Formats: sequence, structure tokens, C-alpha cells
Amino acid sequence: MNGAEYLVKFFENKNVDIIFGYPGGKVIFLYDVLARSSIKHILTRHEQGAVHAADGYARVTGRPGVCFATSGPGATNLVTGIANAYLDSVPLIAVTGQVGLSDIGRDSFQEADIIGITMPITKHSYMVKELEKLPAVMEEAWNVATTGRPGPVLVDIPSDIFSGSVDFSTVQKKIATRKVPLKNGLDEQLQKVVDALKNSKRPLLLAGGGIIASQAWDQLKDLKDYLQIPVVTTLMGKGAIPEKEEGVLGMVGMHGKPFANLALSSCDLLLGIGARFSDRITGKPEKFLPDTVIVHVDIDPAELCKNVRTEIPVVCDAGKFLTELLGRLKKEKVRLRLNEWHRQIAEWRQKYPLTYEKNGSLKPQSIIEEVARIVGDRAIVVTDVGQHQMFVAQYYPIGGIRNFVSSGGLGTMGFGLPAAIGAAFGRPGEIVLLFSGDGSIQMNIQELATLAQHQLPVKIFIMNNSCLGMVRQWQELFFGKRYAHTIFTSNPDFVGLAGAYGIKALRISRPEEIKGAVIQAVRTPGPVLVECAVDQEENVFPIIPPGGSPHEMLGRWQGETHVSRIG
Amino acid sequence: MRHTLAVLVENQPGVLSHVAGLFSRRGYNIESLAVGQTEDPSVSRITLVVEGDEKVIEQVSKQLNKQVEVIKVNDITNEETVDRQLLLLKVAADTAVRQEIMQIVEIFRCRIVDIGRRSLIVEATGDEEKIEAIIKSLRPFGIQELVRTGKVAMVRGAK
Repeated sequence: MNGAEYLVKFFENKNVDIIFGYPGGKVIFLYDVLARSSIKHILTRHEQGAVHAADGYARVTGRPGVCFATSGPGATNLVTGIANAYLDSVPLIAVTGQVGLSDIGRDSFQEADIIGITMPITKHSYMVKELEKLPAVMEEAWNVATTGRPGPVLVDIPSDIFSGSVDFSTVQKKIATRKVPLKNGLDEQLQKVVDALKNSKRPLLLAGGGIIASQAWDQLKDLKDYLQIPVVTTLMGKGAIPEKEEGVLGMVGMHGKPFANLALSSCDLLLGIGARFSDRITGKPEKFLPDTVIVHVDIDPAELCKNVRTEIPVVCDAGKFLTELLGRLKKEKVRLRLNEWHRQIAEWRQKYPLTYEKNGSLKPQSIIEEVARIVGDRAIVVTDVGQHQMFVAQYYPIGGIRNFVSSGGLGTMGFGLPAAIGAAFGRPGEIVLLFSGDGSIQMNIQELATLAQHQLPVKIFIMNNSCLGMVRQWQELFFGKRYAHTIFTSNPDFVGLAGAYGIKALRISRPEEIKGAVIQAVRTPGPVLVECAVDQEENVFPIIPPGGSPHEMLGRWQGETHVSRIG
Repeated sequence: MRHTLAVLVENQPGVLSHVAGLFSRRGYNIESLAVGQTEDPSVSRITLVVEGDEKVIEQVSKQLNKQVEVIKVNDITNEETVDRQLLLLKVAADTAVRQEIMQIVEIFRCRIVDIGRRSLIVEATGDEEKIEAIIKSLRPFGIQELVRTGKVAMVRGAK
């Protein structure tokens, strides 16, 4: 058996049903074998498309995404997608071809040191230099990607490892067991959390992506119901709990819901679970909630006390923590009296709702609201990066599990279309909604070809404001309206472009056209692109200005037409 | 404050660059680094000296611990340790001052390992204070070349 055959067999044995990739000279042996396998291979039109698709697949299924690329430019084209998966803790295995062993280090044709390049953006990376080590490396790579805090792993394989043969039945497959983070002291920390909750008058639970990675949505809901504790989420935590649930306030942070941010800045106990307190949530970390007791639960010990001070750090899997905490609270019959806190939040909700001005022009928010009304909260919702992403985070309630796919940590424009393709392959038969912008979609627009080829039910809504909306907004608010290189004066005809790829498309430019277009898009089988000519001047509010704290929001409040600080 | 970390890692190519890369990527400063095989040839030990407050050192240790090839991280700053650096120093040494240099070398109990027509190479091992003192004493004669290793350290006694 040669190395390529072994590798394909390995993925078959791991029940990998789909691999995204792009062939090339140094993986030609691998592709020769793959073509004869039961595993489906999806040929994207760029390696970045392949890695984002694998990422999207992993996010909606919970299983690791797998992608292949050839050496050199193939491998380097994966870099953005790997970094994207790393920052959002997505399990991913990227296999790259490498030049033959004897050619390594000579700047050979299509050679790049992909291990060196990706070292800071993978959980770990391997180069297989001996065929006999391939089984152990693959087992270990799989293990590293999928256990603990998930993440991307890269395996670089020289071409002669693919073509070389060995009797794999005699080869060592066992991997050394890795050290596990010390779980000592969990009991003690749990008790501290219970005591802190007892003493709290205004507790708040911040749910991050770790809840989803740990599949702890039921446990989260149980704890929320038992304690009646209000819940806010991060962008990555969106979908950790159905957003229509009583007491779920939605997203906090730079573009969080105003009342959710007010709750965040006023809580006396913050229970952060599987969230990494990124700067989008905290603003200036040293100014973040100076008088609040912060509990931080994370499976990765290095996250604790990394960004914010933490009174009670807990190293634990989110699901296990929630189960144990609830058990202890029930045993001690802990009940919180939070009527005053709920009344206060309800008042903020009423006084500072999430609003936008309906002035007759086509608004991205109304499109998103209309789609949500028609399609419902159980759809798979994918976004690209920019203003539209924040509008979706604000206005599209997510109800189902693993139903929200968005590039959180890296903020990768161009992520949306390939990720939507990966999501559609991961959950066949379900409708995938992709919200993108005219800037973002053009960063991987070649994947329309992949979409067309497979006739996936991806409904694309391009919020076309003929500009890079989020940067334009910053220029308007913080750079004296100097719109340096953010206005697109020559956008393509997206409807015509979709047609060229063989995708059905339509264009709307008035609010009254939204409903008809959404219904048509959803009823038409296969992919549909809806180009929405939206108001160029629409901004995402609220916004916490750079360096600000959660309560320092700019926005339009209670029908005001001008932008002001809250309060 | 300066901290000394003893980091056991798998003895594999690329590990050192991985560890060093982690420091530069996260903006921590390595003051000194020494690496070599241990009694187990599959394991290397990296002795790192890092400047930072408790918070920084805790984060450094955690990040190191996360790496797949890192076996164990020990902060031995507050332990009783023996620590050494190696110094090689080429000093200008005309006949007029040669005797004086040799006396200084004698006092510090270091060695002259090469004699040239106009220079001497001095070898010294010792803790940082001693190495600094030797350099200070020989500087007036004219240091032509100086090379020193990072610190290696070992905890005293039964550990």
C-alpha cells in the first residue's frame, strides 16, 4: 500500500464523507487514489475556497473539515482559511503536498515552507518525512484537531511519501497520550461560583462559541431556566441558545444590542463560558467592568486571565461545567431573587431597543428581518464580513443548533460563499442563507462556479451598497467623512454575473420588493442570488467607539435622527 | 521581574523555532535561551529567561504548555538553583599587560584557552554576576570579541 492509499483509507475509516480541495503536481498520486474512493471530493475554484468550505462544513456538523492542496502556491492559498479556523477554534485537517524529500530546501519548483508559514496559526503542524510515521502522524493530527479546544492542524506530505509503498500492517500506529490540563480544584472553583451567584444581585451569563463546540446548548438552557439568569452571547456564541427564549438578550460587544450592552456594563457577576473576552467585547481590557466579579470558564487554560482579570477562573469543558454547576445549585437549593434586575433590563429593552430609521430606502436590516420572518429561525445562516454581518448578528434570531456560521475572530472577507457551500454539503436538504456584501462576495466570487456545479440550495443576498460599508462607516464617524478608497465606482452587474455562472438571480432596490424576492428565492430550487441595492449611508448602530466600554455606545435613540451617546 | 523557565520539549526538528516563534508572536521578550539534549535523548531542555510580571509569566507558561511538543514547563525562579553561563572573550594583550590579565583570570578562577601574539582568549563559566564581573574587569584592556551562551539552570537537591 502506498502513502496516498493509506491516507485515503485513513479518512474513510474516520467516516470522512467529503473533502474539499484543489489538485496539483505534488498531490497527483493522492488524487489518483481519491478518485477511486467512496469519499466525495469537491473541486473548488481556489484553495481558499476549499479551506473555508471545510470550515463551514465543520461548523454546521461538528465534525472536522478536511481539505487538500498541492505544494507551494496551493499550500499558501490555504493560509487565510487556516488562520480563520484557528481564531474561531474550528476542527480542520489540511493536507498539503510538498516537493520530494530530496528537493526540500532547494527552493524547488512550487516549494514553500508551509510548516514555518502556518506554525503560528495552527494548533499544530506536521511534516511526514518517513512513510512509516504516516499512520501515527495522522492519528495524532486527528486527535489534536478534535480534542480539547478544537482547531486546525496541517499535515505536509512530500510527494514521494504519497508514492512510496510500505507494509502498513507492521507499522506503529499508536500515538503517545498527550498531557491533559489539570482538572484539580474543579470542586473548589465550582463552590466559589455557587457562592458568588448567591451574593449576586445582577448576574449575567455570557455564552461564547465554546458552548457550541462542547454541544452544551441543552445544559445552558437548563441553567438559564433554573437560575432565571439573563443570557447574552458573543458573535461566536450566537445560536448557543435560541434567541427567542425569554431572558436571552442577544449579542453584546462593539455592535451588540444596546440593552444587552447596558446589562453587561451593569452586572455585578459575569459568568463567561467558552468565550475568550476578545477586544470586540471588552474594549480597553483594563477598563472592562472594574467592579464586576468575573467568572471565566474555558477548556483552554491559556485563555484564563489572558485578556481580562478574572476573579474565578475555571478550567473545564463548558458542558461539564454547566452540568456540575446546576447539580450543585439544585443540591444546595440555591434560588436567586432577580426581579429587580429583570425589571431594569426590561426597562432598558424598552428605552434602548435595536432600531433603524425606515426612511423609504432599501435597508439591509429590513431585508434580514423579512428573510427571518419568511424562512424562520431554524435556517442555516451564513455571513461574510462587514456591515451586513453585524446586521445579521443583530436582526436574525438563530433558533437551531450549529445554525450560525460567521468569521468571528479573523473577520475574513470572502469567507461567506465557500463556507455556505461547505455548510450545504454538511447538512444536505437544508436551506442555507448567505448574507454577503458587494465587497466580501468579490473576494471569493469564483466559488459561484462550485455552487452552480452542485446546484446547492444556497440563497445569496448581496447587500450592495457600492462601498466597503464598515470602513466607510468608520471614515464617516471617526475620519471626518474622508472616504479614502472605500467607494466602489465600478461594481459588476451581479445579476448578470450570476447568470454567466448559470445561477438564477434577481435584483431589488425598493422595500416593497423584499417579500416577493425572498419568497421567490426560497421557492426556487438550487442556488439563487438576490442583489439588494441598499442605502449606501446606512450605518451599524450601536457602535462602541474604539477604546470605549460597553455602555459608551453611539447610536440613534428613540427616534432621534442624529447620532448621540447613550443616556 | 526576570523569570527562569525550564521547559522540557520533545527533541525534534522545528521545536525551538516553534517555542521562539511563540514568544515573538505574542510580544514577549526572551532575554536568554539555552537548549540541549537531556539525559533522555528524545527530550531536550530549553532554559528561558523572560522579563515580565506574574501575569505575563503565567500567560507565557500556559501558552508554552499548549504546544504539542512541550512536555513540561517549570518556573524555577524562586527555587534554589545552580545556574551557569559560558563566556569566551578575546582580549587585547600586549606583553606589557599580559601578566596583569593573567592575574585577573586567576582571581576569577577562569582559564586562558588560547594565546595569540597580541591577544588572549579567556574562558569562564559562572552565574551571571560572575560573568558580568569578568567582562567589567577585562574591558579596560580592550575586548576584541565576546561570545556567551544563555543561562542553563538546575534545581538543587532531590528534585
